[in-house]
Amino acid sequence: MSGGVDSAVAAARAVEAGHEVIGVHLALSANPQKYRSGARGCCTIEDSHDARRAADVIGIPFYIWDMADEFHDEVVENFMSEYAAGRTPNPCLRCNEKIKFAAVLDRAKAMGFDGVVTGHYARTRESDAGRTLHRAVDPLKDQSYVLAVLNREQIDGAIFPLGDTEKVDIRIEAEKRGLAVAQKPDSHDICFVPSGDNAGWLRDRLGSEVGPIVDQDGTKIGEHNGAYTYTIGQRKGLGLSVAAPDGAPRFVLKIEPVTNTVVVGAREDLAVSSMRGEKPIFCGPEVGAAPARGFVQVRAHGAALDCTYYLDGAHLVAELDEPLLGLATGQAMVIYDGDRVVGSATICETA
Amino acid sequence: MSVYLDHAATTPMCESAIGAMNTALRKLGNPSSLHTQGRSTRKDVEDAREKIARAAHCQPSEVIFTGSGTEANNAAIKGLYWNSPKKVIVVSSIEHHAVLDPALWLVEHEGAELIQIPVTSAGVIDLDFLSALVTSRGSEIALISVMHSNNETGVIQPIAEVVKIAGDIPVHTDAVQSFSKVPLSYKDLGLFAMTISGHKVGGPLGIGALILRRAVEIPALLHGGGQERDIRSGTLNAPSIVALAAAIEAQAYDAAEVSKLRSHFEEGVLRARPDAVINGQSAPRLPGISNITFPGTQSDSLLLLMDSEKVSCSTGAACTAGVHRPSHVLMAMGLTDIVSQSSLRFSFGATNTQADVDYALSVLPTVIERGLAANAVGKK
Repeated sequence: MSGGVDSAVAAARAVEAGHEVIGVHLALSANPQKYRSGARGCCTIEDSHDARRAADVIGIPFYIWDMADEFHDEVVENFMSEYAAGRTPNPCLRCNEKIKFAAVLDRAKAMGFDGVVTGHYARTRESDAGRTLHRAVDPLKDQSYVLAVLNREQIDGAIFPLGDTEKVDIRIEAEKRGLAVAQKPDSHDICFVPSGDNAGWLRDRLGSEVGPIVDQDGTKIGEHNGAYTYTIGQRKGLGLSVAAPDGAPRFVLKIEPVTNTVVVGAREDLAVSSMRGEKPIFCGPEVGAAPARGFVQVRAHGAALDCTYYLDGAHLVAELDEPLLGLATGQAMVIYDGDRVVGSATICETA
Repeated sequence: MSVYLDHAATTPMCESAIGAMNTALRKLGNPSSLHTQGRSTRKDVEDAREKIARAAHCQPSEVIFTGSGTEANNAAIKGLYWNSPKKVIVVSSIEHHAVLDPALWLVEHEGAELIQIPVTSAGVIDLDFLSALVTSRGSEIALISVMHSNNETGVIQPIAEVVKIAGDIPVHTDAVQSFSKVPLSYKDLGLFAMTISGHKVGGPLGIGALILRRAVEIPALLHGGGQERDIRSGTLNAPSIVALAAAIEAQAYDAAEVSKLRSHFEEGVLRARPDAVINGQSAPRLPGISNITFPGTQSDSLLLLMDSEKVSCSTGAACTAGVHRPSHVLMAMGLTDIVSQSSLRFSFGATNTQADVDYALSVLPTVIERGLAANAVGKK
């Protein structure tokens, strides 16, 4: 229970479904801030009080589990090392994979609980191939993308009571249940970067080393303060004084951490028509080498793009019908068959 | 059934205290008012003060009522420091945060130097350290504060020796856990100041007292009326004061009985888990507190599992937003960070029975097994 409205209603619904439920708030920072500022950040002491209050109103026991060390080792460190390697990670996926549906689920099972209930917007269904993961009915809130890193065993231990309802109705329901968090703003951004300034946060921790910004021919046209603070497709903040010959805007095409180089080019050079992902995870039927039709999504709230997908050795491959502009390695590619999550992989190569 | 084994946190009000409080709540009159009703309430307060003074073995005028034990500790630490030109504060390393935090605050804001007295592995303060310290720096010490017994382990501290070593240096003791549970005489110990609290002895919440040597004036924390010797202001909380005196008079806590229950419990625990370690066992302890390390577990998991079996106990350590932190008390006794986070505090009180002990022992094996399993997955 984060202290937000979604997990509070999820807990209440789980109780109503007949489960014996306890509320757990995860302390993910060793030195939590006292208050939340606006919609930024989470896991403050105020949030833990909100979670406790919701649990008390629902009438379930409430405990705080200190997962700060696990979170730091598995999520924060990974976030930094991925950026340092020139990739763009998604820490929320990582947290679901390594904390919520791993450290928490394992601990809960050992203590005699059956599973973990969360306020994620996603659905599960039982099928011949076991339990499968599906999009939520609310397309604006659907969080199946950040859950696609879960394997079968993890999905079997997961309960998502909110997937069948739109967010607006969850707030109404929370109000009716007397939960004070009914109108609490949604949290955005990365929870451990409460300022919202990812580049600044990374610079503070990884240092800033001046490096060249080059065009595709390798000609130096500017300088930057740390390659990892850039993302593929970024246009603003490059500080280039030399205009492109045709006057067109330039975009980040590539980040080369070893040489600390940022490569820029024209918009059309961002186009990607196929991607390969490593370490694929499937939570339903396995994907084979035979090409299949489906959709691929590469961002939490990105579009589902028509594609042909297949397994090539250890890599999951998606070939897009229409090219996509700007795709970074490190992002997760999630394959859908209709609204069903087929599986996910970490993008390691684009073309 | 549900079993409450957290009496060191708070213990039920005894019936006579509830009765006395109810009567007092219906009574009109500010004890500081000069009319008939005021004088009548004042009489109740002063009767109560005399009863409390008799129990603490001090003079009635030495009892200063406060809003809590924490307030009394703050008043003592800050007041004695402010009252002295000296800059060194000496406390034990196992003090409650109500003593440690005001001392640290004085370090941060008022230029104090804090020296903490280490403890032995049994949890008793190192008197040789204190002797050496008083010999070398005695002239700089503003006050010494050592708790009468520790809230986490129940280990009783050698306060008489502390007072002897201190000589002219004012000594304060936080006697919140000991008061009305073990023999305790403010006068015989030769103390300068002592803290007691209502809700640990069958009285109500929101009432405590600082026992402070008469004719000693220390700067106040609260100003505005000077009701209590100009050291504490605020309308006297007559119903709570009366109820505290009633609780002390009733003395529902039977030390021999509580001690017997605790022994049965500890024997049972060691039978079920021979690897369990009772912290502070070799030192003199309060009758009701049992602090036990269960190797290979995490106390927050154990507490959750105990709670789900309807046994209330404590991790015994400070909490920040409910996050369990390693106990500074157990760490001071030489336990490692990890071991100190594998410990639970069970505290017995006047309302416990042998059936409670039997029930708690009946759920313990499963709880420990699950706790071990939960900790094992966390390490993979």
